[in-house]
Amino acid sequence: MYQYDQYDQAMVDARVEEFRDQARRRLEGKLTEDQFKPLRLMNGLYLQLHAYMLRVAIPYGTLNARQMEMLADIADKYDRGYGHFTTRQNIQYNWIKLEDCADALADLATVEMHAIQTSGNCIRNISSDHFAGAAVDEVVDPRPYAELMRQWSSFHPEFTYLPRKFKIAVIASEKDRAAMRLHDIGVRIVKRDGEVGAQFYAGGGMGRTPMIAPLIRDFVPIDQLITYAEACLRVYNRYGRRDNKYKARIKILVHELGAAEYIRQVEEEFAHLLSVGVEPPRDELARIAAHFADPPFVSSEVETQSLSTVLGANGGQGSAFGQWVRRNTHAHKAPGYVSAVISLKPVGGIPGDATSEQMRLVARLARDYSFDELRVMHTQNLLLPHVRIADLPALWAALAEAGLASPNMDTIEDIIACPGLDYCSLANARSIPLAQRISERFAETGRTEVVGELKLKISGCINACGHHHAGHIGILGVDKKGVENYQLSLGGSEAEDVSLAKITGPGFDEDGVIDAVEKVTDVYLASRTEGERFLDTYRRIGMEPFKEALYG
Amino acid sequence: MKILTGNDLRSGAVVWWNGSGWSLFVDDAVDVGADAEEIMAREVATRRVNVPYVIDASIDAAGHVRPAHIKDRVRALGPTVRRDLAVPTADKTGWDWVI
Amino acid sequence: MSTPLGTSPDEVQFRFRDDEPVDHGTVTVDCALEQTNANAVRIEPGDDARLLLPFLDRLALVEVNFPSFGDGRGYSAARILREAGYTGELRAVGDVLIDQLSHMRRCGFDSFAPDKRLDEEDARRAFATWADVYQRAADARRTIAETRHEA
Repeated sequence: MYQYDQYDQAMVDARVEEFRDQARRRLEGKLTEDQFKPLRLMNGLYLQLHAYMLRVAIPYGTLNARQMEMLADIADKYDRGYGHFTTRQNIQYNWIKLEDCADALADLATVEMHAIQTSGNCIRNISSDHFAGAAVDEVVDPRPYAELMRQWSSFHPEFTYLPRKFKIAVIASEKDRAAMRLHDIGVRIVKRDGEVGAQFYAGGGMGRTPMIAPLIRDFVPIDQLITYAEACLRVYNRYGRRDNKYKARIKILVHELGAAEYIRQVEEEFAHLLSVGVEPPRDELARIAAHFADPPFVSSEVETQSLSTVLGANGGQGSAFGQWVRRNTHAHKAPGYVSAVISLKPVGGIPGDATSEQMRLVARLARDYSFDELRVMHTQNLLLPHVRIADLPALWAALAEAGLASPNMDTIEDIIACPGLDYCSLANARSIPLAQRISERFAETGRTEVVGELKLKISGCINACGHHHAGHIGILGVDKKGVENYQLSLGGSEAEDVSLAKITGPGFDEDGVIDAVEKVTDVYLASRTEGERFLDTYRRIGMEPFKEALYG
Repeated sequence: MKILTGNDLRSGAVVWWNGSGWSLFVDDAVDVGADAEEIMAREVATRRVNVPYVIDASIDAAGHVRPAHIKDRVRALGPTVRRDLAVPTADKTGWDWVI
Repeated sequence: MSTPLGTSPDEVQFRFRDDEPVDHGTVTVDCALEQTNANAVRIEPGDDARLLLPFLDRLALVEVNFPSFGDGRGYSAARILREAGYTGELRAVGDVLIDQLSHMRRCGFDSFAPDKRLDEEDARRAFATWADVYQRAADARRTIAETRHEA
C-alpha cells in the first residue's frame, strides 16, 4: 500500500500545525464560529449532538495494522474507547474535545493519517472498491489512480470553497462495490485496446434529490486523468448554485444544464487545461503504482489449499465456520487466497462501531493473516483482503471469540445505518435502534438465512448518509410532529445494477416499520422464483403486491 | 418555559444555562424568559459557550426539567443506544421520557 | 457616470508587486466590455472572467470581489485570467480571511484588500503555510510530483 515520502509527510504535518493555529485563534476569539466552521470541517471536525465529532480519512479504505492500532489509541486517549466506521470508508469519533483535536491529528500524522477534507465544501476523501488489489474481476488495482487523485485534490487552491461537498469514487471493474454512480464524480478505470483510461460519470448523489450519474466521457486517456477531473470541477465551481445549499450539488447542475451541455462545457475547459498543462508527470503514476504491488502470495501446493479441503476438515458447510466462510469470504485473484469480511454487524449491535480492543485485535489479525493490510468497506464492515485459505480456521476462531464473526455479509443483518438522532444534530429520527431490532427479529426467527441477500439501509434524515435510496429496502426517519416516523422504500441498488428505491406509501412508527420490513420479506418469500434475490423479485413483480401486504 | 442550551467551546460538551453559568445537567436549567438573546450574545462574545439556542421546556411533577423536543432530550441524556455513556443525572427516570 | 467601484491603494493590506498601483476606481465587467479605455475592472462572483480575455493587455488592475468568504468562484476567475496570460495586478477584495490567503496566492492573486484588516503576524504565517504543493496552479511553483521526478 501507499507510503508517504518526505513531501507527503510534510504536507500532513503542515496541516496539523495550520489547524493548531486555527483552533488557537478560535479559542482566543480571533475567529468567529461562522469563520471557524468551514476550517474545522475541512479538518473533519463537526459539532454534533453531544460533542465535537472527528472524522478521520482512510483513503480508498486501505490501512495497515499500525494505523489501525493508532485508531484504537486515539479512541482510548481522546475519545471513549470506540469509533464508528462509515459508509465512505472513514472512521468517526464522537467525543473529541476541540482543545485536544490538534494533538489527536498530530498523533495520526505519525502513522501517515489525517482528517483532511473529510468534510466541508471541498473534494472529500476518495473512496474505492474494498476488494481493490484482490478482486478477480478488476482490470487493474484502482487505488493508484485514487491516490493520484488524492494528492491532486488535497489542499487544491481553486476548489476549497466549492458550492457544496464533492465526493469521488474510483473503481476498476464492471462490478460496482463502491456506489460509484451515486457519487459527484464516479471514475471507472478501463482498458480499451490495451490502453488504460478512465470512464467518467458525473452528477450522481443521494441526499434529498437522489440522482444516478450519467456517463460524461467513455474514455479519458490515463495521462489526462487529472486534467479532465480539473475541468469537471472548474465547470462545477463556475456554475454550481450558490443561492440554495439544497440545490448546490453537482447533480443539480448536471440535471438543470442537461448532461450534454455540461459535457460540452467540460470538454471546452478540458481542451484549455490541456494547453495550460496541469497533469502530473507521467512517472508519478508509476511511482505510486509500485506501492500497490501484490504482496508475496505463496503458490506451492502444500501452502495453498482449496476451500473444500479446508471446509471438509473443519465441520463442513453446515458448521458455524462453514456458514461464515460461505457468507463472509470472497473470491481472490491469487489461488489459495480469499478476502475475508470482518462483520461489524453483530445481532443487536450498532452497525459500524468497533471498540479499541476490537481494533487492536483486527490489526493483529491483519499482520498475522493478511500481509499487514486492512480495508474499511462502505457497508461499515472491515476486511482482510488477502487471507490464505489454509489460515481461515484460525482466523475465524479469533474473530468468533471477539464477537466479530457474524456470518451475515449482504444479509438483512448487514444493515447500513447512519448515526441518526442518537449522535447527529441533523437527524430527525434514530437509526441505530431500528437496525438493532431488525437484526434481532430476523436472527431470532432464523429468517436471515432463508431470505439471503437483502441490503437494508437506514437514514435518520433526508441527507441519506445511510444510503436508504440505494437499499433493496430503505428506511428514512422523519419527524412527524415531534415523533419519530419512518418511511419505507423498496427497490434501490448501489451496485452495477444501480437504481433508486421508491417509497411504499405512508410512514410507520418504530414498531410498525419493523413489522413492515418483515411483511415485505413475506411477500418476497411467497413470490420468489429459484435463485431470485429480494431485489430481483421486486423488479419482476413491482410495488403493488408489497403495497397490498403493507396497507391493503 | 424557555431555557438555553449550547456546547462548551473547548470540550464540546452539551451545556445548559443555570442563571450564572453553564451546567452539564439539564435539571440545572433555568427559565430565561425574555432575556435569551441578551444572555446568548454576551456568552458567545466571551466564548463561554458555542452556538447556543433557546428551546421550550417544562418541569415535571418531580421537579425535573424536560426539553420539549426529542432532539434536546437526547442531548440532555446522551445516545439512547449507549446508556453506559449517559450524562450523569439526578433524574433516574430520564430514559422513560427521552423518546 | 456610474459610481466608482473598488478599493483604493491604501485599502490594500498586502501587495506582492513593485509597480505603481492604479490610482482610480474599477468598473464592472459589463462596462469594461463597452469602454475601450477602461484599465481597471471588478469581477463579481457571478461574472464570467473569460469575457475579459480579449482585453487583457489593456488591463492594469482586476479586482475580484468576495462578498462572502464561502463563495469560491473568484478562485477560478483568478486562475483563468492568469492562465490566459494576464500580468497586471489581481486583487482579492471583500470578505477575505487569513486562512484563504495561501490558496488565493496560488490562484494568482498578488494583492489583498480585505474588508477587515487582518492580523499581520497571522497573515505572515498563513502565506507561508505550504512549503510544497501538490498541484499546478497559477503561481508556477514546482509541484511535489515534479520535484520527485526531476532529472
